[in-house]
Amino acid sequence: MMKEVIHPMDKYLRTEIFPTAFCPGCGCGTILNLYTHAIDELGINPEEIISVTGIGCSSWIPSPYFKGDTLHTTHGRPIAFATGVKVMKPEKKVVVIAGDGDLAGIGGNHLLHASRRNIGLVVILVNNLNYGMTGGQVSPTTPCGIKTTTTPFGNSEYPIDIASVVAAAGANYVARWTTFHFYQLKECIKEALNKKGFVFIEVISQCPTSYGKMTGLRTGLDFLKKFEKLSININYVKDRFFTDIEDKIVVGKIVEREREEFVNNLKKINEEKIKSLQ
Amino acid sequence: MTDNNIRKNYLKKYSEKTFFILGDEAAGYGALYAGCNFFAGYPITPASEVAELMARELPCVNGYYVQMEDEIGSISAVIGAVWAGAKGMTATSGPGFSLMQENIGYACMTETPCVILNVQRSGPSTGQATKPAQGDMMQARWGTHGDHEIIALSPNSVQETFYLMIDAFNLSEEYRNPVIVLTDGEIGHVREKIIFPDPDKIKLKERKLAKKEEHIFGGSNIPPMSELGKGQFLHITGSTHLEDGMRDVSTQKVHDVLVRRIYSKINGNRDKIVRYESKFLEDAEILLVSYGVSSRPSLGAVLRARQDGIKIGYLRLITIWPFPDKIFREFDKSNIKKILVPEMNLGQLFREIQRFVRCDVISLSRIGGVSFSVKEIYDVIKEL
Ligand code: SF4
Repeated sequence: MMKEVIHPMDKYLRTEIFPTAFCPGCGCGTILNLYTHAIDELGINPEEIISVTGIGCSSWIPSPYFKGDTLHTTHGRPIAFATGVKVMKPEKKVVVIAGDGDLAGIGGNHLLHASRRNIGLVVILVNNLNYGMTGGQVSPTTPCGIKTTTTPFGNSEYPIDIASVVAAAGANYVARWTTFHFYQLKECIKEALNKKGFVFIEVISQCPTSYGKMTGLRTGLDFLKKFEKLSININYVKDRFFTDIEDKIVVGKIVEREREEFVNNLKKINEEKIKSLQ
Repeated sequence: MTDNNIRKNYLKKYSEKTFFILGDEAAGYGALYAGCNFFAGYPITPASEVAELMARELPCVNGYYVQMEDEIGSISAVIGAVWAGAKGMTATSGPGFSLMQENIGYACMTETPCVILNVQRSGPSTGQATKPAQGDMMQARWGTHGDHEIIALSPNSVQETFYLMIDAFNLSEEYRNPVIVLTDGEIGHVREKIIFPDPDKIKLKERKLAKKEEHIFGGSNIPPMSELGKGQFLHITGSTHLEDGMRDVSTQKVHDVLVRRIYSKINGNRDKIVRYESKFLEDAEILLVSYGVSSRPSLGAVLRARQDGIKIGYLRLITIWPFPDKIFREFDKSNIKKILVPEMNLGQLFREIQRFVRCDVISLSRIGGVSFSVKEIYDVIKEL
């Protein structure tokens, strides 16, 4: 008799709706895998995690696949929704997973201000360098010169170094890795899950279907080889600013600070106020 | 001490006392009496005083004020907080209300109780930012995309603003739907006498929470709700979903059942939601219909006309949406021959009334940020 094979991470997943909607070779599966491993290795009870997501392929990583509380919101707004969640549930780990279009594009302002506020969210920005779900349009992180469905003659704009922007805006923790760095990325997610304040991880990820179709990177492996070749650790670079993935990918921890977390600050005000009224 | 006790203890200091405050402030106090413990907002004239009051008072009841980066963020944070167990609201005016529309639709689709106060100002666009108007009647009804129902209430005094905020919270809990309160730059900025009630005497509709395994997006017309962080592994989405919350965006029937049910929660309970005030209907041959700020000079004009022996009735809509179509259908069978509708827009409710009656409906529209005077309306009545 054949024994049923159960993946050790299945317990964290809504496997009843498998297979996932991700294309073959997509980086979203890798991130889901590492995310569950990080949670497993830390021994976090999934009941302690509230996932908040936006619209786009990477938002599907937890919504619906991660078996935990999931608030699947509107395009660009997961950080704003998560702000309300965290204020009311500061004891929970509130995790936002969404894409570059969602968090750096339409929702960029929420990202900026949540960083500044230093609210205790763990934000994983899956940067697949384009709008994958809608068929491969140019995004705020698409490198200059790249052809996409809406830049048929090459992108005239320059990509944003979103991790550096978040670091400058005041987040307590900012790092960047790629889906090639699966060990480092998993360790980074573990570190992030235990960190107070606003935590931001940019994951450069592959989208063989939409980004790949215009750039000739046809398989997940093509991307991973490129990530390997172009990545350079932040400890070995003079100019830490990430230019774009056609040139160099600066990986590693960009910033770590210990500023007091936002909801904690609010709570202190309430405690003092209520005490003074008694 | 529980948060509810902290809140009631704190509000006791206002109990049965008289104050002289702004409509915007009364709205904030109404929310506190209703148990609101989360407010997210963004400054905008003429609604900023609501945010200022909430920033000051919420910490005293162990609630939270968060100033967001824009109005899209404000409504988003409110919805997030509500799913995390809060009673939440935001306050804004026209431009901010426009920005909120997408996520008001999200609140409808996810059946999230919350209150949105729109202190209307003269638009479109930046318009006359500091001046009152009633131009958002239709935006309140149809601002977000797709089929949905909405509840909207419109007070005409400081004291009523206070009570309608409590009603708004209660209705939002009862029907699991966003509720909009429509005041305007005048009602929001007028200072009037208000008597605060004893917080113990205010009846609040508490959230009905689902038992484990009970569906929160179907199974009954108004399903019970749940809360994030309770180990129930909720899946909440603005996409079309099944009764357990899981997405199904391709089955025609699933969408049909879901959207019709959400629609029917409000539509099927019109009679319970509709509130209005009427005077002199018994012998009325002319009827004046108004609401909000315009109803004040309207009543003055009706009283004056009655003194002259004109058989005019007065109807003030308090519930704007769902539209009180039934009373209008009844007027159609009565002696009423003409209906005059003064409002501070180019006839938004006038057209809605026309849909339900066969008699003459006359729009008395006013824009430009100056309210009607009693005389202006009286002069029109005289000519009817
Ligand atoms: S379109 Fe791209 S990002 Fe989306 S699932 Fe397919 S490969 Fe992944």
